[in-house]
Amino acid sequence: MTWDWQFAANSVPLILQGLLVTLQITVLGSLVAYTLGLVFALVRRARIPVVDQLLFLFIEFVRSTPLLVQIFVLYYVFPSAFGIRMSAFVTGVIAIGVHYACYTSEVYRAGIDAVPKGQWEAATALSLPRRRVWTSVILPQAVPRVLPALGNYTISMFKETPLLLAIGVVDLVNAAKAAGNESYRFVEVYTIAGLLFLLLSYPASLLVRRLERRVEPV
Amino acid sequence: MPDNANRIVSTILEGLPFTVIAAVGGIALTIVLSLAAGLALLSRSRAVRVIARVYVEGLRGTSEVVQLFWLYFALPALVGLQLVPLYAGILVLGLNHGAYGAEIVRGAVRAVPRSQVEGALALSFTPAQRMRRVVLPQAFVEMLPPFGNLFIQLLKSTALLSFIQVTEIVQRGEQLRPTHGADLPFIYVVELLLYLVLALVITAVMRLLERAACRRIGREPVRNRFLGGVG
Amino acid sequence: MSNQSDPPMIRFDNVVKRFGDNTVLDGFTCRMAPGEFVTLIGPSGSGKTTILRLVMTLERVTDGLIEIDGSPLSHMHRGGKLVPADEKHLAGVRTRIGMVFQQFNLFPNMTVLRNITEAPVRVLGLTPAEADERARDLLDLVGLADKADEHPSRLSGGQQQRVAIARALAMRPDVLLLDEVTSALDPELVAGVLGLLGHIADTTDITFLCVTHEMGFARDVSDRVLMFDHGRVIEDAPPERLFTDPREERTREFLQAVVGRT
Repeated sequence: MTWDWQFAANSVPLILQGLLVTLQITVLGSLVAYTLGLVFALVRRARIPVVDQLLFLFIEFVRSTPLLVQIFVLYYVFPSAFGIRMSAFVTGVIAIGVHYACYTSEVYRAGIDAVPKGQWEAATALSLPRRRVWTSVILPQAVPRVLPALGNYTISMFKETPLLLAIGVVDLVNAAKAAGNESYRFVEVYTIAGLLFLLLSYPASLLVRRLERRVEPV
Repeated sequence: MPDNANRIVSTILEGLPFTVIAAVGGIALTIVLSLAAGLALLSRSRAVRVIARVYVEGLRGTSEVVQLFWLYFALPALVGLQLVPLYAGILVLGLNHGAYGAEIVRGAVRAVPRSQVEGALALSFTPAQRMRRVVLPQAFVEMLPPFGNLFIQLLKSTALLSFIQVTEIVQRGEQLRPTHGADLPFIYVVELLLYLVLALVITAVMRLLERAACRRIGREPVRNRFLGGVG
Repeated sequence: MSNQSDPPMIRFDNVVKRFGDNTVLDGFTCRMAPGEFVTLIGPSGSGKTTILRLVMTLERVTDGLIEIDGSPLSHMHRGGKLVPADEKHLAGVRTRIGMVFQQFNLFPNMTVLRNITEAPVRVLGLTPAEADERARDLLDLVGLADKADEHPSRLSGGQQQRVAIARALAMRPDVLLLDEVTSALDPELVAGVLGLLGHIADTTDITFLCVTHEMGFARDVSDRVLMFDHGRVIEDAPPERLFTDPREERTREFLQAVVGRT
């Protein structure tokens, strides 16, 4: 079998529709991961007994088990167990977002730890209220350092969205598969899918590397 | 626990050997490719560096699922060679994680102080001896923690093999799903616990290796984060 | 010991070394006789260490020629002409030269014994038994016979430097380069290492090229002392003359500053 340019060209519109879904999930998943990760990091820093240990175990558990199984749990178990019914798309955003929040929380933690102790002491000496210390002293210094790492996780999320085809989300790869199914040709569609991933994630990773050189990353 | 817990557990456990074979095979391939590509990234020859760079960026830049589908569904149409699902899976796991491992190897080698290379040069070691006897043994210690994380990622990725009908843990669970709707929570808990145990095994093995490696170069082992207080 | 009529062990002929626009060595010419102990002194950044690094082939000359025992080090003969040396040529001459570093540069992944035996086995082709015997003799010499199976990190700085000296000697070099070998040591450990080096200099016919800030040591063991400033030799004399009656104002200032400091 050889490469069929005509077929390849015909599949592109459908695959691009899938790409749009993939990008939506990546962006929304990143928002969840960025905010929830920060919440995790701040909660863990508060060192509330029991909550701290539980959150630690939750994070390690999520990081040690496959995202695919977590997606299944969210999609198949949550409706019957808790009466929460979500579309495949929303399930995907939440599953990926929570999974990566467990990674970004570590990034935030390292970023906050990297702020010199003297900054805390100076803020205390000025009698700044605790909230104010966080919002105007610590986080403004920690966040720029963590940006490259967060960027890398967004790129990872982008590449993991195809897992959602298991629950029927028509992402980039699922769209490619659908396009291939019509005539049972897969060389063109999966090659296009791969190239689209490369086309977006490679420049993005170059951008992150440039950012890494600009800030002192953690 | 459901009435047919035994049946569910034994069915999922039938998938365990495939998950383990995929993970071990993938890890073995990852180690080989990481070393080869990592050293190639440091080669003096520009051509060798470019080839290694294309491999690393190409595999890191595309999705693992696409790589799997391409190798399993597209490649056979091109070359007329259909891979056994498990082998296709191991190949993709190794190729993909090898690209990440290459950067680990490169970084660790470059982190060995220049003075060590000069010390070896002053004793007239050849470039190959300098790498093999002096640089790599020291870089090895630095590689172990990131490789531990990479192997856990690889273990998690074995779940993707269910997409090409490898009867590993997740695929076994999915086979049960249509007829065991009420037992779904139990099915997934069993699956997750198996992965957790396997991840702990990998962590424990890496921790042992790390301790041995640290002792070899007379350094105190650093504590790992997971269950770090106990170890 | 020094005899200028002997063919030189090391010959520098108008050696220039530049790093970018920075000239660290500006036309260095010098002959060192076999068995001679030559010490290089001068302010930091004056090019002394660069000379050692050039002889060790850790750096390449920008211009000029270095010869070891009559054959070119920085260059090689090809088609009747001298061309800059390639790696193969360098590897050939390098075995005759040894170096002891300021920071010891022991290999942390090997025991003390392996640090000493590894190169004789891998490079000189000694059998492990031969290398082992040689290493243990040298450990005796440096007073560390009981530390053979330790890891370098468990030794004090002075002990590590003794191991580094034994490691360099195990290669039976014709030339031994000493690059500020006591600068990284605690003050109380300096005398022991220097005493050991003096003993080795007295009892072997190795040619020594030494960079140090220990003026007492330089005075005791050197046959010749070269005073460097801004990449040039400004004074070259036997130690008793240079230290007691320096002819150059810069030498005088430098010696005063060093003595005043210690």
